Amino acid sequence: MELLNNLLLGFHVALTWQNLLYALGGAVLGTLIGVLPGLGPVATIAMLLPSIYSLDATPALIMLAGIYYGAQYGGSTTAILINVPGESSSVVTAIDGYQMARQGRAGAALAVAGLGSFFAGCVGTVIIAAFAQPLIVMAANFGPAEYFSLMVMGLVGAVVLASGSLIKAIAMIVLGLLLGQINTDVISGTPRFSFDIPELTDGIGFVVIAMGLFGFGEIIANLGQADDEREVFTHKVEGLWPSRQDFQEAWPSVVRGTALGSVLGVLPGGGALLASFASYTLEKKIVKNPRIPFGKGAIQGVAGPESANNAGAQTSFIPMLTLGIPPNAVMALMVGAMTIKGIQPGPQVMTSNPELFWGLIASMWVGNLMLIVLNLPLIGIWIKLLTVPYRFLFPAIVVFCCIGTYTLSNNSFDVYMTAAFALVGYVFYKLSCEPAPLLLGFILGPMMEENLRRALLLSRGDWGTFLARPLSAGLLIAALLMVVLVLLPTIKSKRDAAFQDD
Amino acid sequence: MKIKSQRDFWSGLMFVIVGVVFALGSTNYSFGSSAQPGPAYFPFWLGVLLTVLGGMVLFKALSIESEGGDPIGAIAWKPLLILVVAIVFFGLALPRLGLALTLPILVTLSALAGKEFHWKDALLNSVVLTVGSWAIFVWGLKLVIPVWPVMFGG
Repeated sequence: MELLNNLLLGFHVALTWQNLLYALGGAVLGTLIGVLPGLGPVATIAMLLPSIYSLDATPALIMLAGIYYGAQYGGSTTAILINVPGESSSVVTAIDGYQMARQGRAGAALAVAGLGSFFAGCVGTVIIAAFAQPLIVMAANFGPAEYFSLMVMGLVGAVVLASGSLIKAIAMIVLGLLLGQINTDVISGTPRFSFDIPELTDGIGFVVIAMGLFGFGEIIANLGQADDEREVFTHKVEGLWPSRQDFQEAWPSVVRGTALGSVLGVLPGGGALLASFASYTLEKKIVKNPRIPFGKGAIQGVAGPESANNAGAQTSFIPMLTLGIPPNAVMALMVGAMTIKGIQPGPQVMTSNPELFWGLIASMWVGNLMLIVLNLPLIGIWIKLLTVPYRFLFPAIVVFCCIGTYTLSNNSFDVYMTAAFALVGYVFYKLSCEPAPLLLGFILGPMMEENLRRALLLSRGDWGTFLARPLSAGLLIAALLMVVLVLLPTIKSKRDAAFQDD
Repeated sequence: MKIKSQRDFWSGLMFVIVGVVFALGSTNYSFGSSAQPGPAYFPFWLGVLLTVLGGMVLFKALSIESEGGDPIGAIAWKPLLILVVAIVFFGLALPRLGLALTLPILVTLSALAGKEFHWKDALLNSVVLTVGSWAIFVWGLKLVIPVWPVMFGG
């Protein structure tokens, strides 16, 4: 009953004209950046952070959330129509979706992707609403030791589930944690690693890092790449409605994808990307004899991953909203956005800002409804956008990033720092070092240090406290298990295979 | 000793150097004890950890064979340098020249980083983006951004 009351409050907040408008704005913007390759939700949200200073917290977060799940819808459009995933989470959609488009079934593929995403979005919203409360009750028993261990597990989890070299990813986290140490020590008030530059004593702004690494770093990398041939199936999108047979084949995949995505979204490091890869692998295992083989245009290969990535995008809000621990880079930016608006992310948000908390959740359902309208009947508009050449697009990104960093504190220093991180971002790209773990480490660094030091103060310097407290020990053991599991040879080869788009 | 993976070798080296710099740098601050950890406590151990991790990456780069030596590949100097210069220019120019002059130069400069460059496109883009940015940021969001050049060094 309480859940119903809470959701009622949420819809009350989400259905005001102002919030509807911001949800729509987020959804449109999300679709837009999802459609445009080379611009992801991380860079976009980073660009928009300065502009939320003038907004209230609730509409601001509603809009930013809309961008994230909107990008999941938009990303599939480009994956299906031009074989270029607009978002990394749509990489697997391109495999079968593009083949469907080549066979003249682009409409069916788009419709299944859209409807599957909508179903997953609805389920994901209900899951957030249902699971938030018990998690918050559990978090009430957390002391500094538990929080420290939780962050260790969150950070380790964020990299073991990702692709690429494990040691390098962990090193990137530590690098992020260290960059987070450039600040004024909260406990003693000592400025650290600031080289007597006054701007550095407040720490590096995470917007600066996010924009440098994700915004500019990606532009430079994109411009350095050779042009690839693009074949756009724009004229062939007709017959949007899938056939009866399509429906029958797709709905079990949608349900499976939603379930898998919901679970993987909650895990640290989870979210949309992992969910779509895992779902594609699962579909290939379960559907033994598809009418059209996988890789040749099987509708299951579109329905499953598209539902999974949207479900994962939704449920990845759970750890952020309930514990204040971001499971991926987008959520790290959401944490930053809350901090900008003066809200300390963590279990107290639900009690201290119930309108924000439940309003945000309800807005996700509303936003999903808007997205299905935006993406299916209006598909033609988005397809037109695909014809905008990159040479018009990237100067616009440069302009928005520059203005965004300048307005952070009306100071050119942040702009120069962004230029430095653009350079660093390109170095990371060239050395195959993933920047996302670094951002997570950077966000969590100061919190981790504070909790570590408080836990050690409380235990009078006994490191055993992390293992003596059962919850904390459990979390640390879970983190260790994840690393060991990933390093086991059989799982290692499976993990490599799961991230290969075959 | 032969480098078996270029990318891993250089990233390992980067981690080791940054780790050592932070660990050494933190010795300037009070370390405290584990019962009363000081400002240097956390960064020192993180620096040590990063150095160890970097060492592991380095060791792997020198011992385990990788496909084709995992080369770093060509560096896109042109977009890299142009964009970094463009951003720094923006930081220098905006407080002095204002949005109206800085943005067209920024747009044209960054357009030079692309593969194709047409004066007509760059000019069109400059006008659209300058007017658009003014409308969004100055008029719409009411952010405090200098619009016109500052005269007389004011």
